[in-house]
Amino acid sequence: MQLTRSLCFLCLFCLVLNGCQGIIPEAPEENTLLDGPVEGLSNSERKRFLNGDFAFNAEVFSSANGLGPLFVATSCGSCHAGDGKGHPFTTLTRFGQSAPGVNPFIGKGGPQLQNRAVPGYEPEQLPDGVAFSRFTPPANTGLGFLEALTDAQILANADPDDSDGDGISGVPNYIAPPPYFQPGATHAAVDGKYIGRFGKKAAAIDLLHQTVNAYNQDIGVTTTFEPVDPHTHLPTDPEVSDQVVHDLVFYLQTLKEPIPRASSDADVVKGKALFSSIGCASCHIQEWTTPETNIKALSNKKFYPYTDLLLHDMGPGLDDGYTEGSAETYEWRTPPLWGLGLSPNSQGGNYFLLHDGRAKSIEEAILLHGGEGQFSKTQFELLVKEDKEAILKFLKSL
Amino acid sequence: MKSIFITLIFFNLSLAVQAQIDSTLLRRSTVDTTMAKGMNMDAVYNRPFLQMGKMPVSLGGYVEADYQYMGEDGVTDGHTFRIPRMTLFVASTIHRKIKFLSELELEEGGKEISIEFAAMDFSFHPLVNLRGGVVMNPIGAFNQNHDGPKWEFADRPIAMTQMLPATWSNVGFGIYGKQYVNDWAFGYETYVTNGFDDSIISNTENKTFLPASKASKKRFDESSNGQPLVTGKFAIRHNMVGEIGLSYMGGIFNKFQEDGLILDDKRLLDVLAVDVNTTLPFSKTFIVGEWAWVMIDVPETYSQTYGNKQRGGFIDVVQPVLSQPMLGFSNAVLNIACRLEYVDWNTGKFQETGGNISEHLWAIVPALSFRPTAQTVIRANYRYMQQTDLLGNPPTLISGIQLGVSSYF
Repeated sequence: MQLTRSLCFLCLFCLVLNGCQGIIPEAPEENTLLDGPVEGLSNSERKRFLNGDFAFNAEVFSSANGLGPLFVATSCGSCHAGDGKGHPFTTLTRFGQSAPGVNPFIGKGGPQLQNRAVPGYEPEQLPDGVAFSRFTPPANTGLGFLEALTDAQILANADPDDSDGDGISGVPNYIAPPPYFQPGATHAAVDGKYIGRFGKKAAAIDLLHQTVNAYNQDIGVTTTFEPVDPHTHLPTDPEVSDQVVHDLVFYLQTLKEPIPRASSDADVVKGKALFSSIGCASCHIQEWTTPETNIKALSNKKFYPYTDLLLHDMGPGLDDGYTEGSAETYEWRTPPLWGLGLSPNSQGGNYFLLHDGRAKSIEEAILLHGGEGQFSKTQFELLVKEDKEAILKFLKSL
Repeated sequence: MKSIFITLIFFNLSLAVQAQIDSTLLRRSTVDTTMAKGMNMDAVYNRPFLQMGKMPVSLGGYVEADYQYMGEDGVTDGHTFRIPRMTLFVASTIHRKIKFLSELELEEGGKEISIEFAAMDFSFHPLVNLRGGVVMNPIGAFNQNHDGPKWEFADRPIAMTQMLPATWSNVGFGIYGKQYVNDWAFGYETYVTNGFDDSIISNTENKTFLPASKASKKRFDESSNGQPLVTGKFAIRHNMVGEIGLSYMGGIFNKFQEDGLILDDKRLLDVLAVDVNTTLPFSKTFIVGEWAWVMIDVPETYSQTYGNKQRGGFIDVVQPVLSQPMLGFSNAVLNIACRLEYVDWNTGKFQETGGNISEHLWAIVPALSFRPTAQTVIRANYRYMQQTDLLGNPPTLISGIQLGVSSYF
């Protein structure tokens, strides 16, 4: 009898083990997630991706391992939950530059305000009367595809003098490269400067530039690339190794592009057509193709970011009086729209759109367009309700 | 050569001791370890010990081992076998009014070894006992009453081990006492000990995390800031109703000065806890629960990632369903049980938006446990947990099964 009971228990145990897969929660739909690697990475590249994933999402800085003492956030993942757009909690404040050129506050607390400090320290305060702007952290997805594009591809859409008369100009932001920048085959110098493509003003030339700046200005962490402590303004020993920096850059390069949802839905199809017909696609260019790159999984791939990576005059309503590089204060880089519909999943269930999160819905963001975006905005306003909703549904499907 | 000589001596001594052991001389003090009787504050002594003849030292301990298969949002690391802890007790009655007890814990196969308790008790009066050494701060009930074999669940309550830092012990002194009047009992404990440090708001957990201070073994050698941590508890019990305890732990936690130089303001930590346990007389249902609030002075200019208020707790309901001889065990009991737990790591609102800060989790853990004896448990748990991040984004879903054994020895 005892043997029978024991055998029954053993069988039950085996059944439970066998059914384990049904015990764990189901994975969310792949197209609702922004994190994850691009398809086609080799095993060694996946390992490197995981190392970068750890550095980005799991490594938290405290005063024991390099945080601050002045900072904005304690980890990369704090600003980009699930690799998506950030929340006003981690909005950055940049200040000091009110015209194209060089920020006069570099080395004097600028270009970024470190509005938090570890206990015992006082955070920075904005200097009186200085120009500033607030930047909500962007999503990280698909950055490697954008980085892989050549300067020539970007310049092909530039029209500084609006020679085609469509009201859309589009100019690159030429950035003086940092000492560690190594131009690749994709880059072409103009007067010693290179096209910036990351950031609200397109002030970062590549993902290494973006990454080490963020380590330094957001977290107060020094690297061999950016060795100056933002608090003391003195060079210090690197607080993050070069290997970690490179792994993190690789992670950003190989994050997958967002997967659209409900692409074949009739309203989405209609909205996509309307999006083009009212001129939105002039700046939010849908399709690009990468050239051959040193990461095979990114080479010769079509992708759909809905950006031209160029600066556009967005009108006085979005002119904060602050700028970076060769951009005017009223110029902003066209933000990629891929992943837009997933923003609430990383912004606490809300939308915080445009450069500073002032728009609380996609429609509000459209209606805040001015300057070169004025025509499309007006066309949108003239649409009937169903057509507006189709455009919004299309944008949420991205 | 010297070490070889010493090794040989110890080897010979151990052979001699083994040769002397006669099982008839071993005296086991069996106690009810299922928390149904006695006050929580008695937990450190309410354990089975083995005494050899008239030797003044008695030994004991417990071990926990488990298997788990857990997954998070569809991803699992597969099958895992763990030995979360093995604990050894050594107790001694030095005099009828002077006792010593120690608890040495080896966690995760010896990865971490810690002295959880090593204190001498001097009994002057039932209401006045002096305790000194490494003591377990009496905050809530679980911190003192944490032995694995007493519980029907493989995992310890998250609120008590990750919000509160159970098992949390420190060097210090204090007094305690108990008084029994008919069916009533009340007890108190109060200690001053070393305490927390800056790591509770500066750690790699990215949240206010009291257990971060456990990593510092320096607290067994010196205070981090020269300020004592005060812990006090008052509990009352009625044999027919149950026990309720109210406890407080608090003090300055940060290193505000060094070498006479002021480095920061003095920052205060306060913890309040209430714990209850009862057995329903008509159904023999055992209910135990605990809830705690943490209030901590986090500088306003620091990150709101580190919350200045936390709260959380758990409740276990254990229902014996079979109490009869089973599988050759004369006093076996089969229980069904369920645990509900909740932790809010950061109670407050964002300065930037006025929206609620989330950073919370809740879990439900149905369980089946088989106790062949009161001191041994075989348990099967299913855990379902939802964890929401700081911003309130869609929660992470975690679930899976845990099968484990735990026993005093």
